[in-house]
Amino acid sequence: MPQNEHIELHRKRHGQRLDHQERKRKKESREAHERSHKARKMIGLKAKLYHKQRHSEKIQMKKTLKMHEQRKTKQKNDDKTPEGAVPAYLLDREGQSRAKILSNMIKQKRKEKAGKWEVPLPKVRAQGETEVLKVIRTGKRQKKAWKRMVTKVCFVGDNFTRKPPKYERFIRPMGLRFKKAHVTHPELKATFCLPILGVKKNPSSPLYTTLGVITKGTVVEVNVSELGLVTQGGKVIWGVSVDEDKAGDHGHAD
Amino acid sequence: MSSDVERLLIQFQDEAGEPLGSPFDVPLDITPDKLQLVCNALLQKEPVPLAFFVRGEAEVVESLRVCVKALGVETEAVLPVVYQPQAVFRVRAVARCTSSLQGHTEAVISAAFSPTGKYLASGSGDTTVRFWDLTTETPQHTSRGHSHWVLTISWSPDGRKLASGCKNSQICIWDPVTGQQMGKTLTGHTKWITWISWEPLHLNPECRYLASSSKDGAVRVWDVVLGRCERILTGHTQSVTCVKWGGDGLLYTSSQDRTIKVWRAKDGVQCRTLQGHAHWVNTLALSTDYVLRTGAFEPADATINPQDQTGTFEELKEKALQRYNKVRGEAPERLVSGSDDFTLFLWNPAEDKKPLARLTGHSALINEVLFSPDTRLLASASFDKSIKIWDGRTGKYLQSLRGHVAAVYQVAWSADSRLMVSGSSDSTLKVWDIKTGKLHTDLPGHADEVFAVDWSPDGQRVVSGGKDKCLRIWRR
Repeated sequence: MPQNEHIELHRKRHGQRLDHQERKRKKESREAHERSHKARKMIGLKAKLYHKQRHSEKIQMKKTLKMHEQRKTKQKNDDKTPEGAVPAYLLDREGQSRAKILSNMIKQKRKEKAGKWEVPLPKVRAQGETEVLKVIRTGKRQKKAWKRMVTKVCFVGDNFTRKPPKYERFIRPMGLRFKKAHVTHPELKATFCLPILGVKKNPSSPLYTTLGVITKGTVVEVNVSELGLVTQGGKVIWGVSVDEDKAGDHGHAD
Repeated sequence: MSSDVERLLIQFQDEAGEPLGSPFDVPLDITPDKLQLVCNALLQKEPVPLAFFVRGEAEVVESLRVCVKALGVETEAVLPVVYQPQAVFRVRAVARCTSSLQGHTEAVISAAFSPTGKYLASGSGDTTVRFWDLTTETPQHTSRGHSHWVLTISWSPDGRKLASGCKNSQICIWDPVTGQQMGKTLTGHTKWITWISWEPLHLNPECRYLASSSKDGAVRVWDVVLGRCERILTGHTQSVTCVKWGGDGLLYTSSQDRTIKVWRAKDGVQCRTLQGHAHWVNTLALSTDYVLRTGAFEPADATINPQDQTGTFEELKEKALQRYNKVRGEAPERLVSGSDDFTLFLWNPAEDKKPLARLTGHSALINEVLFSPDTRLLASASFDKSIKIWDGRTGKYLQSLRGHVAAVYQVAWSADSRLMVSGSSDSTLKVWDIKTGKLHTDLPGHADEVFAVDWSPDGQRVVSGGKDKCLRIWRR
């Protein structure tokens, strides 16, 4: 490649040969022959590399040609029949997404129903006391340190009343007391906000279970009666245990 | 004086109001069995089980005294008591799933028993129609020929042909014995087929003509033997959702344009348009539906092993005509239509343009309506998870059957009109006892929505097919 623009300058000043276009065209048309000559004559490692590169080039070319061809001829789509067969009486109706129906149902009626559904306990890292409980200093000189305050989300039942503050060892702040949980149905990929019935088991410690502390891996009972779910045995599901994914409000339904 | 039991004068009447014998003097605490003895003696025929209704309204369940008290009737005047013969045979409720027939590779959309209960056919989203052997509960034939979902199937009244309509607007006729297609594929409609109805046996024992309705708004009458379209009935402006071939030679069609049209089958002339609905008319039911479906087969004569109908055309026609006249009685056929506007209308289409009654009460659209085989009751299945039972003659509301937790898609009556099975979107089937109005059996087992339900005319089996691609047979 030229270092300066002297070739260009010359072209601009003096123009090109009179048969320049003709020669260019003919040279280009010879290119295919020259390439094939080179490919035939090359030997050794150089040849191997060249052939490999050329092969992939040819494949690409074939693909683009085929695509162009398909575009020209419009074929009738003889695919498989589409999925989602429905009977005639459902054809003109848009299938309401089940998630929408369920969330509508829940918004309409809120009923309390007790229920249990067992779930195997997942293996989770146990959270130490320093993480979950914070030491609260009390006393005239702030020396006594027997009170603890929960730093994670917790659930207290409906009929919860605090013990007298003098005797209260574990404090569950009102701001961290949650009544509802966002539950994601893994199949429908829809999330519902359902009331919590109780904390079944906290894997870190039985103390946390009794306190109602909800941390990662806690099994929580949630009221799904409004969803109107039916098991294969024909029973209507009243409650479901939820696995907490994060210490936040999200969980999976099982 | 205490030995004197209160007595009452009763006049037995049949359903049409004709009195039977002269007024009878009976004690007030007479029970239905004794009433039955008396009535059967008066009838002087073979004793049949009877049900008694005081003044045609309240049923006599324990004793006459209870009814009289409830109604507050004067004990001085003659009390009319209507007697209704019940079916002589009794169908037993199905209780267990005897087999789960797999084979379809897509959802099962329609399922039907042949009129004698010998064959079972099912249509599915995998474009095949499959025939199943009922004695061994295994697949028998797989019939391929359609190119899209098989939306509706319908047996001819003699049980020798099955017509199936698909989403690509084609109709094929199949032979259940060999599983092969009979004749040509009937093409002509431009959009999918919504319903197929055969000509009744007593009008034509050859079972040659059938009517098909389609989304393109036209109804076509086909000649199956020649494989061509005889007549095209146009008039509806939107999709025709249901077509029924009545026993009097009239065709009834319902459409999404909110009207129901009555046509003469012989020449395709439109007789009447029944208007009144406020939204799509989804389904039609004729009072004589069941007897037209079974043709010359009498469910009371059913045997354990269902047999084919034998006999010459004349014999079959005679039998079918007899059965038809018995069920129809004096009054002409009644028609009920269920719609998206949450109401049903009871019509007398052969005579009147105005409806006999408007049946309200549902809180969601009505998916299927079905008369009981003895035409006395009417069941409507709706998306509001309930099934309502109405009186088949007057349209009066009788009871609501609740139990499903999602939309009820289809219902099927047992041949003696005492039991009913319903399939729903919540994947369960429920068998209801109509007499008590309570749930008889819950039949869970399907993994997904149940799309099609049918009770075999010999009362032995119930078939249900759904989205989980398998067909389940339920027996006692």
